[in-house]
Amino acid sequence: MSASLSKSRLQGLGTTIRHRCQQLLGPLALLGPAGIWLLLFLVLPTLLILDISLVPDLRPEDVGGAYGLGNYSRVFNPFDPRFDSVYLQVIWRSVYYATVSTIACLVLGFPVAYWLAIMAPRRWRNFLVVAFILPLWTSSLLRSYAWISILRPTGLLNTFITWLSDLIPGVDLPTQNWLYSSAAVFVGLTYNFLPYMVLILYASLEKLDISLLEAAADLGANPRQTFWKVTVPQTLPGIAAGCLLVFITSMGDFVVPTLLGGASSMTISRLIYNQFLGITRNWGLGSALSMILILAVSLAIALLLKYGDRDSVKEA
Amino acid sequence: MSFLGGLSLPKTWQGWLTIVLFGFMYGPIMVLGIYSFNDSRRYTSVWQGFSLRWYESLFQDARIFRALQDTLFVAIVAVAISSVLGTLMAIGLCKYYFPGKGIYRGASYLPLIIPDISIAVATLVFLASMAIPLSIWTIVAAHMVFCLAYIAVVVSSRLGSLDPNLEEAALDLGATPTQALIKVLLPQLMPAIVAGCLLAFVLSIDDLLISSFTAGGGANPLPLEIFSRIRNGVKPDMNALSVLLILASGMIAALAEYLRYKSSTLDR
Repeated sequence: MSASLSKSRLQGLGTTIRHRCQQLLGPLALLGPAGIWLLLFLVLPTLLILDISLVPDLRPEDVGGAYGLGNYSRVFNPFDPRFDSVYLQVIWRSVYYATVSTIACLVLGFPVAYWLAIMAPRRWRNFLVVAFILPLWTSSLLRSYAWISILRPTGLLNTFITWLSDLIPGVDLPTQNWLYSSAAVFVGLTYNFLPYMVLILYASLEKLDISLLEAAADLGANPRQTFWKVTVPQTLPGIAAGCLLVFITSMGDFVVPTLLGGASSMTISRLIYNQFLGITRNWGLGSALSMILILAVSLAIALLLKYGDRDSVKEA
Repeated sequence: MSFLGGLSLPKTWQGWLTIVLFGFMYGPIMVLGIYSFNDSRRYTSVWQGFSLRWYESLFQDARIFRALQDTLFVAIVAVAISSVLGTLMAIGLCKYYFPGKGIYRGASYLPLIIPDISIAVATLVFLASMAIPLSIWTIVAAHMVFCLAYIAVVVSSRLGSLDPNLEEAALDLGATPTQALIKVLLPQLMPAIVAGCLLAFVLSIDDLLISSFTAGGGANPLPLEIFSRIRNGVKPDMNALSVLLILASGMIAALAEYLRYKSSTLDR
C-alpha cells in the first residue's frame, strides 16, 4: 500500500515536473533565441569594452595587459603626465554640436509640429506628418552627401551667390568654402534630426486639449500668454523627450561631422572610429572613449525616463 | 482655393514656416536628383543640359553591383531571421512575467539607444577576442541585433492594442497554444511584422558604421563603397546612385507607414 502511495506520489511529482517544463518551454522558446543573440552580440561585447577600457593603451596585437584607470585618467585627470586636453576638447565639441543642433531643431520644429497638430486641415494631417518624417528613412550618408554638393566651393550655394552678384550691379557677395566648418555640421545635424523632433512634438501636441487654449483666450490671455502659460507647460514632457532624443543621436553621430566637418570638427564618435579603424589604433583608449559616450547617453536617457514623457517616446 | 480637399495656402506664419522647412527637407534631395542628370564632364554646379551619362556609367560599374549584392544579401538574411526572433521576443515579453524581465526588456531596447559607433566597436572587439574571422556572416550577425530590436518594438506596440480575448477564446475552443499562436495571433500581428521588417530592412541597407567594423576584407556593402568614394569630394555617378537609393528607401518607408496606419485604424 505504501508502495502504491509512493508510486502515485512519484507520478504526481512527474506531472508537476512536466507541467513546470511545459510552463518554462513557452517562455524559453519565445524569449530564448533573441535573448541569446542580444547577450552574445550586444551585452557581452559591451561588457568586454568596459573590460578593455580598463587596460591602458591596449593595442589589437596585445594579448592582455595590467588593469588600470590610465585610459580614463588620460582624458580627465590634468595631473596625469599623459593628460592631453585634446580629448576633453573633443568631448566638449560633441556636446556643443549636439546642444546647438538640439536648440535649432526645437526652435524650427515646434512651430511646424504645432501647425501640423493643431492648425493643418484635419484630413491632411497624417499625410503631412508622414511626408515630413519620410527623409528619416533614407540614408543619412546620402542626405549628408546632398549637402556636400550644395556647400562645396564650386557647389550650388556659391554658384547662386556668384549669379546673384552678377545679376545685381554694385553688389558683391563673397563666396567661400562653406564645407568643412562647424556651420556645415550644424546644418547637417539639424537637417538629419529635425524630423525626430517634429514627430515627438507632434505626438505631444496632438494630445493637447484645444478647449484649454480657448478657455485661456476667453479669460483674457493674449496669444503669447496662452502659448507660454498653457501650451508649453502642457507639452513640456514632449519637449524634453524630443530634445533628449535629438541630443543623444547627434552626440553619437559619425557621418555628419566626418563628411561635412573638417579636421577641426573632430567629435567623440570620429575619435573612437580612429582608435579602431584609423591610424592611431589604441583599442584601450578607444574603448574608454566609447564607455564615456555610452555613459553620457545613458545619463540623458535616465533624465528622460525620470522627467520626460514615456508615451511620446514610445510612439516615436 | 479648396480644390485639394481643404488644403489652401496657410494663413499663419507657422504654416509658412512648415512650407519652408518642407523645402529644407526635400530641397537637398531634389538638388541631388536634378544634378544627377547634368551633362557636364567636370562636375560643376552650372547646368549643362540633360543627360543620362551618369546613370550609364553607374550601370557599367561592376564594383557597385557587387556591393549592392552584398548589401541585399545581408539585409535579406538578417531581416528574415530577425523577423522570427523579434516577433517571438515581443510576444514573450507581452505574455510572460518572470524575474529579470525588466533587465531583459532593457537589453532589448539597447540597440535603439546606444550610439552605432559604440555597438560597432564592441562587436569588433568581441569578434576579435573570440578569433572569429570577419566575413559577410559577421555583418549579418551584427545587423540581426538592431533588426530584431526594431522589429520587436514595432510588434510590441501592435500587441498592446490587440484584443486578448480572441486568443483565450481559441484556447477555450480546444486549440493548442501553438495553434492559437499561429492561427489567431500571427494573422493579427502580420501588418506590424511586415512594417517592422521593412524598417529593419531600410536600416540594414543604410548602415555604415556597424558594417564598417564587422566587414573585414570579405564583403563590401554599398554604404562602405559610397563612403569611401564620397569622402574626398563629389562624384557625379554617386549622385545618380544616391537618387536611386533614396527613392528605393522612400518607397519602402511609405509602404511601411501605410501598413502601420492601416493596422492602427483597423481596430477602431
